[in-house]
Amino acid sequence: MNESSDYSHYIRRNGDGSAMMDFAVEDITCAACITKIESALHHLPGVEQARINYTNRRLHVEWSFGRIDPARFIAELKKIGYRAYPFNASSVESEEARQMKWLLLCLAVAAFGAMNIMLLSVSIWAGDASIMSTETRDFFHWLSALIALPVAAFAGQPFFLSALRALRARSLNMDVPISIGIVLALLMSVYETAHHADHAYFDSAVMLLTFLLLGRTLDHAMRRKTREIAGNLASLRVPLASRQEADGSLTLVPAGALTRDDLVIVRPGERIPADGLVLTGASEVDESLVTGETRHRPVAVGDELYAGAMNFSGQLTVRVSAAGDHTLLGEVERLMNNAMMAKAKTMRLADKVARYYAPFVHLTALVTALCWLARGASLHDSILAAITVLIITCPCALALAVPAVQVAASGALFRAGLLLNAGDAIERFADIDMIVFDKTGTLTLPDPDIANRAEVPDDLFALALRLAQSSHHPLAKALARAGASVVPFDDVEEISGSGVQTLVDGQTVRLGSPTFCGLADAGLPDRNSVLAVQAGARSAILHIEQNLRHDAVTTLRALQAQGYKIGILSGDRAEAVAPIAAQLGVTQWQAGVKPAEKTAVLTALQAQGHRVLMVGDGLNDAPALAAATASISPVTAADLAQACADAVFMGDQLAPIVSGLRLARRAKRLMIENLSFSIIYNVIALPLAMTGYVTPLIAALAMSGSSVLVTVNALRAQSPLRSLRTN
Amino acid sequence: MTILLYLVPMALGLGLLGLGGFVWSMKSGQYEDMEGAAVRVLSDDDLAP
Repeated sequence: MNESSDYSHYIRRNGDGSAMMDFAVEDITCAACITKIESALHHLPGVEQARINYTNRRLHVEWSFGRIDPARFIAELKKIGYRAYPFNASSVESEEARQMKWLLLCLAVAAFGAMNIMLLSVSIWAGDASIMSTETRDFFHWLSALIALPVAAFAGQPFFLSALRALRARSLNMDVPISIGIVLALLMSVYETAHHADHAYFDSAVMLLTFLLLGRTLDHAMRRKTREIAGNLASLRVPLASRQEADGSLTLVPAGALTRDDLVIVRPGERIPADGLVLTGASEVDESLVTGETRHRPVAVGDELYAGAMNFSGQLTVRVSAAGDHTLLGEVERLMNNAMMAKAKTMRLADKVARYYAPFVHLTALVTALCWLARGASLHDSILAAITVLIITCPCALALAVPAVQVAASGALFRAGLLLNAGDAIERFADIDMIVFDKTGTLTLPDPDIANRAEVPDDLFALALRLAQSSHHPLAKALARAGASVVPFDDVEEISGSGVQTLVDGQTVRLGSPTFCGLADAGLPDRNSVLAVQAGARSAILHIEQNLRHDAVTTLRALQAQGYKIGILSGDRAEAVAPIAAQLGVTQWQAGVKPAEKTAVLTALQAQGHRVLMVGDGLNDAPALAAATASISPVTAADLAQACADAVFMGDQLAPIVSGLRLARRAKRLMIENLSFSIIYNVIALPLAMTGYVTPLIAALAMSGSSVLVTVNALRAQSPLRSLRTN
Repeated sequence: MTILLYLVPMALGLGLLGLGGFVWSMKSGQYEDMEGAAVRVLSDDDLAP
């Protein structure tokens, strides 16, 4: 069947007749790759621009529309050894890129203001000691005001807007005291300058903004990096679908471009690209990514199918349907929303501190003013003292304390193989005391593997490997992965529903179901995990199963040794879960659990006072991942599961979870250290401010001193763990 | 002190120049690919053999 590819979903058109498209490219490792790829594409006719972004491993191509088919780009890259996948930035990612630019701009403006005002301030401080006239000092103060007011109005927006949002929702966050402090400091300084006073706090206010914006920008940069990597991975896994057009022809389109009532052909060995109903055909589907169930479900005309399931035996025509409320996906989404709403109530460490900090600071300022009044000071002096208190306690170091550690720790986590999805995940990881695993695809490897390699004669195995390269059957594909560099046979016949065969030296070689290879079906455990190979009179059985991840036993033992309680919640049958639980030494396990029951179990555990980490990959795990205190998904997980996990681990091993939890605990310790540092600084500075001893010079020194201290301390979260042994 | 009339605008002007330069470099996408620039300099395809 001839098939054309349709990439229009990814192409953006310019007004001048050119078109653009982005690709995520694998295996870019060095400078030579950049020039190799770019020059290969530039040699194609019609290509106007091809540029690699080395940081996020993406390729941007512009060409004159119509002169070349974008499929050529992918083919050309494949020819020189790179795999490229069409890529669309998710709306979340482009929104974050826009935010990042805005924050950088605010930071640049604030830094410009801080430097220039500091230039003037240093002159004033130096002039104080010598012979600066009042006129000159006033002139310098007015100049500072001229810079500070527009700079603060522009660069303060991230804080002012966030504070307004919090106040409108009748809550307090760290941005409320920050905004009040900055605005009051500026207003007071203008008033003081107009009255020819000695001190103005323009420098403090703008420097504060600069430090705070630095923390905010770092925090953002960290999350953006994770998004980019996750975006690339998502594009590698975008399933393609064969869409049947009205004239009967087939077009290969990305699953995201499918709309309701489209007809899709799904061959054996392909994943179902979208939810839908079976229109024609009958088959068996493996829904382990959807429900965790490893036994295959027979489907026939009229049956419902879920995206992500693997079609095993027959060709299906599927009519794409939207997710209704009665479908599994609808239920999963409903459960997930409930769980997310419940979780929004857990508070971040910094906001927890802010809740007590803000009222305390404002109360102290009020008490200061009242005390000064009671002791006979003028109203002007009392208000001045109160405002100094607000400025000096403005939580500069406090606002840097947590983001600085998060950024440093996320670097270490990244090197350990754990990508963070949520900014506050580190804090929650540190509090965990129980870990609940899903079985299929989490404790076991996502792809099946050969279980009885040792029992198969070497020559038969080699033949099976070569034959498997030409088969579309999922089991044969699993076998084919074991021998990636094997050359396939030239002339292979595929017999639908049975297997593949070819002639080698005049002798028929077959790979397929046991009966196809002349073996009795009886006595075999599960025909869904058995392949047979036959060469002439000899034959052998290959067991292909989902095996445990190689380090599953050591990892779970290490976690137990560290005092974590371990549980398994699986959607699979008890017969499949029990042996794995026994092998791993886990006594607390439940099988056949539906998505709603998973969340119920987690909620019950949390009600008992446990803080639970959920590790899962399936669509059926998504609500549980959202409901748990914290959650981790393997990088192979279903999209929905990955989207609501706090972190994603890479590779085939579970070890990143162990090191991730240890790094998180260390990071949390550093956060608390940092918060205490900034509180100690306030404890020292507050009495000085209350009694009126704080001059702008002292404020500036104290503020930058504490910020630098906190940042340097945070850098300790970056170093790798001293021992990363899992045992 | 009339020297201030020259020096202060000069100082501010230089600062604004730097700010303008940064905004220009950001708008023209120079921060999109931070690692690429460091690697691209190593390729010497542009030199005559």
